[in-house]
Amino acid sequence: MRKRSSRRRMRMNRVEAFIMMNTFDIVIGLEVHAQVKTNTKLFCSCAVEFGERQNTNVCPVCTGQPGALPVINRASVTQAIKAALITHSRINPKNVFARKSYFYPDLPKGYQISQFELPFCEKGHVDIELKDGSTKRIGLTRIHMEDDAGKNVHQGAEGILGSHSSLVDLNRAGTTLLEIVTEPEMTSIEEARVFLDTLKLLLQYADVSDADMEKGQLRVDVNVSLKPAGSATLGTRAEVKNMNSFRGIEKAIKYEIDRQTEILEAGGQVAQETRNYDDATETTSTLRSKEEAHDYRYFPDPDLLPLQVSEDWIAEVKTTLPELPADRKQRYLTDHLSPYDAQGLVNNKPMADFFDATVNGGADPKMACNWLTSDIAGILKEKKQSLAETPLTPALLSKMIQLIQKGTISTKIAKTILLEMIENGTDPEKAVEKSGMTQITSAEELAPIIASIIAANPKQVEQYKAGQEKLFGFFVGQTMKATSGRAQPELLNQLLKATLG
Amino acid sequence: MALSSKSAHELSALLSSGTITSVELVREVLSAITAQEPSIQAFLETYAESALADAAQVDLDRESGKLLSPLAGIPIAIKDNLCCAGRKTTCASNILQNYVAPYDATVIERLKQAGMILIGRTNMDEFAMGSSTENSAIQITKNPCDPTRVPGGSSGGSAAAVAANETILALGSDTGGSIRQPAAFCGVVGMKPTYGRVSRYGLVAFASSLDQIGPLTRDVRDTALLLNTICGKDEKDSTSVDVPVPDFTSALGKPVNGLKIGVPDELMGAGISEGVKSNILKALAKLESLGAHVETVSLPSLEHAIAAYYIIAPAEASANLARYDGVKYGFRSTAASDLREMYFQTRSEGFGMEVKRRILIGTYVLSAGYYDAYYLKAQKVRTLILRDFQNAFTKYDVLISPTTPTTAFKIGEKANDPLQMYLSDIATIPVNLAGLPAISIPCGTSDGLPVGLQMIGKPFDEETLLTAAYAYEQG
Repeated sequence: MRKRSSRRRMRMNRVEAFIMMNTFDIVIGLEVHAQVKTNTKLFCSCAVEFGERQNTNVCPVCTGQPGALPVINRASVTQAIKAALITHSRINPKNVFARKSYFYPDLPKGYQISQFELPFCEKGHVDIELKDGSTKRIGLTRIHMEDDAGKNVHQGAEGILGSHSSLVDLNRAGTTLLEIVTEPEMTSIEEARVFLDTLKLLLQYADVSDADMEKGQLRVDVNVSLKPAGSATLGTRAEVKNMNSFRGIEKAIKYEIDRQTEILEAGGQVAQETRNYDDATETTSTLRSKEEAHDYRYFPDPDLLPLQVSEDWIAEVKTTLPELPADRKQRYLTDHLSPYDAQGLVNNKPMADFFDATVNGGADPKMACNWLTSDIAGILKEKKQSLAETPLTPALLSKMIQLIQKGTISTKIAKTILLEMIENGTDPEKAVEKSGMTQITSAEELAPIIASIIAANPKQVEQYKAGQEKLFGFFVGQTMKATSGRAQPELLNQLLKATLG
Repeated sequence: MALSSKSAHELSALLSSGTITSVELVREVLSAITAQEPSIQAFLETYAESALADAAQVDLDRESGKLLSPLAGIPIAIKDNLCCAGRKTTCASNILQNYVAPYDATVIERLKQAGMILIGRTNMDEFAMGSSTENSAIQITKNPCDPTRVPGGSSGGSAAAVAANETILALGSDTGGSIRQPAAFCGVVGMKPTYGRVSRYGLVAFASSLDQIGPLTRDVRDTALLLNTICGKDEKDSTSVDVPVPDFTSALGKPVNGLKIGVPDELMGAGISEGVKSNILKALAKLESLGAHVETVSLPSLEHAIAAYYIIAPAEASANLARYDGVKYGFRSTAASDLREMYFQTRSEGFGMEVKRRILIGTYVLSAGYYDAYYLKAQKVRTLILRDFQNAFTKYDVLISPTTPTTAFKIGEKANDPLQMYLSDIATIPVNLAGLPAISIPCGTSDGLPVGLQMIGKPFDEETLLTAAYAYEQG
């Protein structure tokens, strides 16, 4: 095991050295399948609900019964319009559904209803922001609509290998997918990763898809090729399928770059083929060669008329689009959040929505951001809960922050009541009142307490006066302890200094 | 005259006047079936029990004064490619031998709403692929006019059942002539409505851009009545068209004085038998005598219709029949040990020769590298054919041709010569490619066998066809 990994490391070093030397340029293109959020399926009125009993959300249409016919779901088209708008794509005013034929048990009709020659929209782009602060525009070749397949459930083993039989669940069959195809314009793993993050966020913001890769709502095929540095001609690509995490995608690309570099370096040729990614070994292997590639025999589906998307329809959908991530980030920067904080919030739409509402309630933006991204995020992580799952509301958080802003409570006190607010939705004002935890802001109240602490610790007073200034903190701590943290820090400092001389 | 040999509109009058009951009528039809079936074999299954129960219900409804449709209580036979909930729907194929439809086709729903009595499902060429019903995996239906001859196809069972008085009405489907050609061979009326006029929802697809459901009846009035029941936009079929559905019976009895009739040269020339031709010419003379103007017209693209059809129809069929894979329903071969073999064996054993031939042709013409040369080119021919018809219809109200080049041929005569079989659809295929309505009506006999006359109309102008057909029939 150790031997293998050390050899692997050696190989990596050599490969990395080649890339460092810029012998080859990396070219990456992505095909992203996004599961679209709709109440019903693309061509029938079956409910789109997951986690139901197998084969319950089905009808003659989505199970491919003889004689059943597809009827387009307008809600799916509306979602496709949104996807086109957020990616600046050109919508074909008339686009055509095509049958894509292949045999597989989870494909009830023996063909998928997809789009081929006239896809829903074309020539879009997504701008991505890289770590070094630069931005890059990634072109989208096309986005098309298609219906999803069902699921094969293998019996007797985890996967198909070793299983004794397979069952088919068609609950997912017929749900709406958008296939988003990029130009081969990404040149590093980072770019591919940032593109996917950016696209995912866009889809989530526009509510087109929940885009959760772990739930299979985002499925990505990667095309990787290498070409001599600076060459205008693309090299032969390998298509990699079957990654189910962002990490898997990165590993697959990395493996492909290494594999293809080795082949080219040895004077060989990369085969055009479809490869399968294995999560356990983090490697890819041949699935189908070019010769074995499916001939899908696309032709226009005679059961469906060309889909007409009017300017009016597009304009109507446009009015429903929310603020998009890039605009929101810009707004946060204007609100004096740091780029880091702004991005952090934007990346988490529910939290950013919560933040906006909290600030609208009167809270200071920076404070709201800090509370949300550190303390609250920390508690939620520990409780394995999302914001929406707790009774905490923006109004409550806003109130708490304003209590701090007004000096009614200290940050420290706020922290002690936060947990209660998250757990029970307690009103911070009432929590403070109940526990008597309002800050002590009057000298008359605080001075006697300080005096008693000084009287009780003559030795420390002596040492402090002898020059051990560090002991100042000791007195602060003792006073805070005595006041259960309610002493206003500024006042405490001021009085202590005056008393100790 | 036995009730079972009467037309639906005659029986409708007898039923509504209380002269007969639906139960009596159904009993007579069932006994006609019992008498005729051994020699005709039009039905794959009859629904004696439910038909009598349904008839009793209609009789009750009538007694209680319920408002009933004109066709309430009238028996109708259904081609076995129309889904009927809880019933077998097999398309006369082994691959669907045990398939029970879980839903009603839209036309079946409409028949049921009209109180019509489903009397049974009829034989057909497997998946509607054929012109003789010899491609049925189940049985060979005989032509009631001459049992040594085919009834035509693919709706041969429905046409034979009407002709043999085994039903009053029947539904068929027409992809390249599958209603009109058997109607012509059996001497009954058959109509293919405009593409989009009748919902295809629940019609087991052969070639989706060509398939259309239509009536097979004893006379033109019955066709009008049945059209009234089955036509109309259906939300479940995206290709059904939202145009007003008239009362088609109001087109009957209108004069044909001044009607402009075109006769395409291409459908009256080589290959048309003399016996057929002379009957058509006599019919044209009769229409002229009724005041119609008759002229010949040329539609040069029709020459390529069969070639285009035998690319487009199999291409669509190859995808439409992909769902019969042994996974979800229907036949699954037991002679398989893995998935690939299951597909291979199931489809090898489940489909008949003609179906396999068309799946192979369709798969081939859609394959990478051949698509442009075949499928795309065929679509262009289709456009040319449509244009020829459009041009002709700027001058004429109706086009007339023989429905078929010959009368019914012998069983087995063309079974091993698919090309000859395909050519027999020369006059009907172009109509499907153009999506037009057309009716075949009996037009005399040649050597004792029925000749069919085809009238082709403008899109959604079934009324003019009915006017002309009725005038000829009554004249």
